[in-house]
Amino acid sequence: MANPNKAKAERGVMRWIDDRFPATSMWQDHMAKYYAPRNFNFWYFFGSLALLVLVNQILTGVWLTMSYNPSAEEAFASVEYIMRDVEYGWLIRYMHSTGATAFFAVVYLHMFRGLLYGSYKAPRELIWIFGMMIYLALMAEAFMGYLLPWGQMSYWGAQVIISLFSAIPVIGPDLTQWIRGDFLISGITLNRFFALHVVALPIVILALVVLHIIALHEVGSNNPDGIDIKAKKDETGKPLDGIPFHPYYTVKDLVGVAVFLFVFCVVIFYFPEGGGYFIEKPNFEPANPMVTPDHIAPVWYFTPFYAILRAINFSLFGLDAKFLGVLFMGGAIAVLFVLPWLDRSPVRSMRYKGWMSKVMLTLFAISFVILGVLGVLPTTGGRTLLAQVCTAIYFAFFLLMPFYTRLEKTKPVPERVTG
Amino acid sequence: MADNGVNKGRRRFLVGATSVVGAVGAVGVAVPFVASWQPSAKARAAGAPVRADISKLEAGQRMTVEWRGRPVWVINRTEEMIERTREFDASRLADPDSEELHQPTYVSGPLRSVRPEIGVLIGICTHLGCSPLYRPEPDAVDIENWPGGFFCPCHGSYFDLAGRVFTNVPAPTNLVVPPYRFEGDDIIVGEDEEAA
Repeated sequence: MANPNKAKAERGVMRWIDDRFPATSMWQDHMAKYYAPRNFNFWYFFGSLALLVLVNQILTGVWLTMSYNPSAEEAFASVEYIMRDVEYGWLIRYMHSTGATAFFAVVYLHMFRGLLYGSYKAPRELIWIFGMMIYLALMAEAFMGYLLPWGQMSYWGAQVIISLFSAIPVIGPDLTQWIRGDFLISGITLNRFFALHVVALPIVILALVVLHIIALHEVGSNNPDGIDIKAKKDETGKPLDGIPFHPYYTVKDLVGVAVFLFVFCVVIFYFPEGGGYFIEKPNFEPANPMVTPDHIAPVWYFTPFYAILRAINFSLFGLDAKFLGVLFMGGAIAVLFVLPWLDRSPVRSMRYKGWMSKVMLTLFAISFVILGVLGVLPTTGGRTLLAQVCTAIYFAFFLLMPFYTRLEKTKPVPERVTG
Repeated sequence: MADNGVNKGRRRFLVGATSVVGAVGAVGVAVPFVASWQPSAKARAAGAPVRADISKLEAGQRMTVEWRGRPVWVINRTEEMIERTREFDASRLADPDSEELHQPTYVSGPLRSVRPEIGVLIGICTHLGCSPLYRPEPDAVDIENWPGGFFCPCHGSYFDLAGRVFTNVPAPTNLVVPPYRFEGDDIIVGEDEEAA
């Protein structure tokens, strides 16, 4: 039997804290009395998984900095030192490198969920925009992190990406020099990327994650039916189709965590290099500014955009192919920011949208995957043509959205959530 | 009493003036942070242009100077070498007109140089960064009608005396021409003509 005095004492402690800090009300607002729709499905695992991976990256990252040395002379050797001499250094490094891949995998699935169920539509535009900013910061974080091992692909990948800025007319060359801090990528570049990777960008990402979640909890989660659960409430003001986030979704998410960790561990222990896609083979050679690797390909999570960049091999409107490619690549990401205003459909979820939206989303997803595959392969005439077709579909999905979402016939949306 | 004798015009002016001063201060504070990303004095010194006397470079000879850690070749082409390069069958070159810009804008034509006789090239193969060998004489290498040029022994890429790459070799692009200018007897590698 519980000791009533002990329970009283605990209430006393909580009360003392609550008088000074809103611990209980925060717990209730965001967990115990935060009502989430009861019809969440498989696609709703990836938000909490992204948070898990973020914690993994921060924890392993802090431990890696303890043994890593960000100088051109020592960086490569210090990574080998972590791999060979530091106790469990290999595990911590593989958790970090696999974590980067896992981060993008869950974020891409999380974003696809948004596209599928219209989670970006009013009133959730800011959640989407904060999410896109996280994605952008994450790409910068991953790119800078990839330079740190100071291998051949670190060096030449950075060379390719930084030289993209040189395509910008007038300021391009000065801008690339400003980014590098030298006339070529050197220890100076490595040092500043280290500072940005371990200090500045993690702070930015954490702040954006907080904004993302505050905005989410302000308006409440969307759901696979895309209907507003706050419209139907019981007499106590609790949404009829809502269930408390804790314990219902904390427990559900734990199942997702278990499955995710299983896959994650299989990669860490059996395929940490991911067949050369997570850690590329030339990266086992120290960076050498004199020797260019045979074939430079970015890590898999950037390849769709790299394929778009390379697909633009023609000039248009007096802009040369290189600058146009950079514009298309930038545009491919920028267009995602305005997505909430491109979708004019009266319904949110793909379940109730018409056939045009379904066809376009399917084509878009297929094109994105094809572009991802093309981005790691060397170009040939046929592949470039395919990349151009996929780039056209990528942009058509967004730019034609105001038309096809308005033209198509939607299905009636139910009053209450289904399933 | 809602405004309690507050002079709203003055309050707006003071808020506006304070914001402007604050913004100017923020821009001022940003200057050192932005400027700190420019190449440091040490990096600038290491990447400074190099000067070499070319008055004693005999026709047909090549000299090598080091600029930013890379070998830069200066060759003094003879009349005959110039002729062979100009007359060479362009269909055997991948980019005879240097459309893919690996050279400063003031360098043009088949010889890719400011003065026809003086060729300046970064001596790093555009394939995998080996340093090609200087083979200026006709028939010095094992291919038909060799116009004289450079041969990379690592993977067998050929370049003519202007650094233009042959077709069907591993190297994708012409050799890079660095920025350079002349000053009296000297060549200054790493500085553009306009900067003079």
